[in-house]
This record gives sequence, C-alpha cells and structure tokens, in this order.
Amino acid sequence: MHLIDGVPHHELPDPHEPHGHASRPLRIGIGGPVGSGKTALVGSLCRALSGELGLAVVTNDIYTTEDADHLRQIGVLEQRRIVAVETGCCPHTAIRDDISANLDAVERLEEELGDVQLSLIESGGDNLTAIFSRGLVDLQIFVLDTAGGDDVPRKGGPGVRDADLLVINKIDLAEYVGADTAMMERDAKARRGDKPVALTSIATGEAPPQVVAWVRERVHEWAHQHGLAHSH
Amino acid sequence: MPTPSDLLLLADGRLPAGGHAHSGGLEQAVELGDVRDVPTLRDFLRGLLRSSGQTSIAASAAAARAWLSQDDAALLELDAEESARMPSAQLRGASRAQGRQLMRAAEAIWPSPAPLRLLPALPHGPHLSLAQGVTAARLDLEPVDAARLAAYGVVSGPATAAVRLLGLDPFAVHGVVATVMGDAEPVIAAAAEHASSPAWLLPGGAAPLLEIGAELHRTREIRMFAS
Ligand SMILES: Nc1nc2c(ncn2[C@@H]2O[C@H](COP(=O)(O)OP(=O)(O)OP(=O)(O)O)[C@@H](O)[C@H]2O)c(=O)[nH]1
Ligand SMILES: [Mg+2]
Repeated sequence: MHLIDGVPHHELPDPHEPHGHASRPLRIGIGGPVGSGKTALVGSLCRALSGELGLAVVTNDIYTTEDADHLRQIGVLEQRRIVAVETGCCPHTAIRDDISANLDAVERLEEELGDVQLSLIESGGDNLTAIFSRGLVDLQIFVLDTAGGDDVPRKGGPGVRDADLLVINKIDLAEYVGADTAMMERDAKARRGDKPVALTSIATGEAPPQVVAWVRERVHEWAHQHGLAHSH
Repeated sequence: MPTPSDLLLLADGRLPAGGHAHSGGLEQAVELGDVRDVPTLRDFLRGLLRSSGQTSIAASAAAARAWLSQDDAALLELDAEESARMPSAQLRGASRAQGRQLMRAAEAIWPSPAPLRLLPALPHGPHLSLAQGVTAARLDLEPVDAARLAAYGVVSGPATAAVRLLGLDPFAVHGVVATVMGDAEPVIAAAAEHASSPAWLLPGGAAPLLEIGAELHRTREIRMFAS
C-alpha cells in the first residue's frame, strides 16, 4: 500500500475533477494593462460586496506584493482573505500557461476560509493578449482605461474580444487625455457582440454600480447552477 | 513500460507546475552582482550542481527508488533528510510549494495508471525533488531519469531566470545549459547508483550563501521571482 495515497491505488476513484467542480465558489479573474484600475476595481468590489458575500482575493504582482499590501491597507477586507502570488517576470504565464501557483493559492484560501462565495483573482498588469485560463477562473473582467489610448478597443485582442465583462475605466480622465469614450464603447461593442461593456470611474473608490450588479448576478447564477446556499 | 516522451514532458519548462516563478537563487545572485553575464552564470550553475543541486538530484533518484519499492517510510525519511539539509525556511517553503504544484500537475496530466495524492503526512507538500522522483517513477521511469530530471531543473530554472532578468543572449545561455548538463552526468550517475542507500546518507551539499541569499531575497522590496 502506498502511503502517498492513504488508501490502496485500486480503491481510489479518479481524483481528477473537471474544472467546473461543483461545490467550490465562483472564481472571477480581473485582467488588463498596467495601471488601468484593476486593484481599484477589486478594492471597490470588496467594499461593496463584503457585507453580503464571503470573499477571497488573490493578487498577482509583477514584483513586490504591492497590490495585496494596498488592498490590506485600505481595509476593505480582512487580511486573511487576501494572498499574493509572485509570477517570475511573467504575469500572463501565471494566469494562462502555468496556472498552478494561482490554483494552489486560491484553493488553499477557499479551503482555509471555508465561507467563500466569490474569489477574485487580479492579474499582474500585462499586455492586450493576456487572458485567464478557463482552468483557473470561471469568468473574467478585462479592465482598460481611457488614458491608455482610445484606440485600444479597436485594436481588440483576446481580452477585449472575449472577456465576460469589459470595463472601460477612468472616464473622468477622458476629457484631459482627449479620449473619445463614445468611440471606445462603439469599437468595443463591435468586437464583442452581445457581451457587456461598462464605462466606469473608480476615482472616488466607489464601486461602479453596473459592475457590482453584474458580479452579484453571476454569483447568484453560479450558486443556483451548483446548488450552493446563497441569499437573494 | 514507460513512454519515453514522458521524461521530456516532465522536464519541459512549459510544464504547468509553477517552476517559471522561481529563479533558484539566481535573482538574489544578480542583485548581489555575483551573476552579471554568461561566464558568471556558468560559474553559478556549476556551483549549484556541486552544492545544493547534489542533494536534490540524489533525493530525486532515491525517491524514485523508494516509490518503485513501495517503501513509503523511506519517502518520509527522505523528505525529512532533505529538510535537514535546507536550513533556510524560505528555501524549504519554495521547494514544498513547487513539489505540491508538480504533484497537482502530474495528477491532472496523468490521471492513470495510479492516482497520486499528496502525501497526507506532508500537508505542505513534498520537497520538489521528492515530487520529481515519485512522479517519474509513477510513469515507470528509472531513478537515473529522476536524477536527470532534477538536474535539468536545477540548471535550466536559474538559466531561464537569467535570460529574463539580465537580457542575456538566449543562444549563449542555452549553450551554457548544454555544457553544464554535460558536467552533471557524474552527479546523475552517482545519484542513481546510490538511490537505494539509507535516507540519512543523502549528500549534504551545503551552499551557505544560497541559504542566506534566500532569506535576504524575501526581504527585498522589489522581487520578480518567488525564490
Ligand atoms: N482618475 C482616475 N484614477 C483611477 C481610476 N481608477 C484607478 N485610478 C488610479 O489609477 C492608478 C492605478 O490604479 P490601480 O488600481 O493600481 O491599477 P492596476 O490596474 O491595478 O495596476 P497594476 O496592478 O499595476 O497593473 C491608481 O493611482 C488609481 O488610484 C479612475 O477611474 N479614475
Ligand atoms: Mg493592480
């Protein structure tokens, strides 16, 4: 008998779970270019939802643990609900090609906390081609900002095209950087078909209501689909 | 019968087992100015092979042998002996994190022949070299393959990190990897030969600067790699 299993091999069922494993919380990835407002969005979502949902947050910094530290400092969530994963110069690798460190972190956090209904995983700031693996998250939000250039939605890419929700942030800055937000929205919609686009400003730290509503609906949907306890 | 390609899959840097986030001490060596260019990288890799690398290569071969002989007590002993040869808590943590992630990857990639759970006695995961040995043996590979897998990890991990951190010429760096892997052959052969030795005879390839470096690395404000 192999101790490595605890039980003899032939008695064990195949332990390989499908990725949509039924009893775990919904996992949403938050990606997008450097500085577009991912941490601001995560922080504001925590502030808006921590009263009603058990939350867990995993951050992926390019270096340091700055995003995790920032979230801890602004006190939107208990310290123990936030962990940082380091990504060895390659933020997109950690959310796409080799998700093992992130999976390890999010699973441990969910297990330790026991009451998680929504896990948010923030990617390190990266380029337009970075998307989350479906093995890591169930849904993803891609965050752009007006200051990053108003031609970005037109340029497209997997994040702009395929994310379940596209956020165009910092609309408060549009007039100062000469960004045409109506065009950004139009271009984004042209790339995305029916998938939603939200224009936001998180300058005040307040969560954009349409994004909060979208997240809330997805959590309820997930709980229904997987027979998990939840409130209405 | 082993599938010969399995060893290639296991050794591939693209294997989703978390290795890409670790520099094997290279980042700290770069910060200290010890590794600056291709020749200093070669020296660093050779040093690894002769010190801590020796321990992990031997541990991987021994773990493969223990798995093949269904000797679970030996696996646990090996794990403890490897810990004893790694004074830095940061290094032990990094090793176990990678071991855990390799076990997860292997379990998902090769759900048969035998399911592979994390050692219940090791809730934080086995050391990386143990996971390498066990994973290789589970695929019917030999202790010598497990040793080679560990050696390749010891050498290629920091080499990849050097390309990313210093922008070194990737052809030159791969040339160094090829050379140093040639140097590793005697270490690999010795590890395979002594794979059945008692765990306490595991070579203690001490590298105090790596150990101290790993602790200092953790305190750095700016850090690209987890270790
Ligand atoms: N004016 C304005 N500033 C914003 C808005 N959202 C975020 N910021 C600011 O933009 C800067 C970057 O925001 P972060 O939330 O750290 O961006 P990020 O995408 O997490 O950045 P990285 O993780 O480094 O890629 C911070 O100074 C935020 O306060 C917004 O809607 N309007
Ligand atoms: Mg951030």
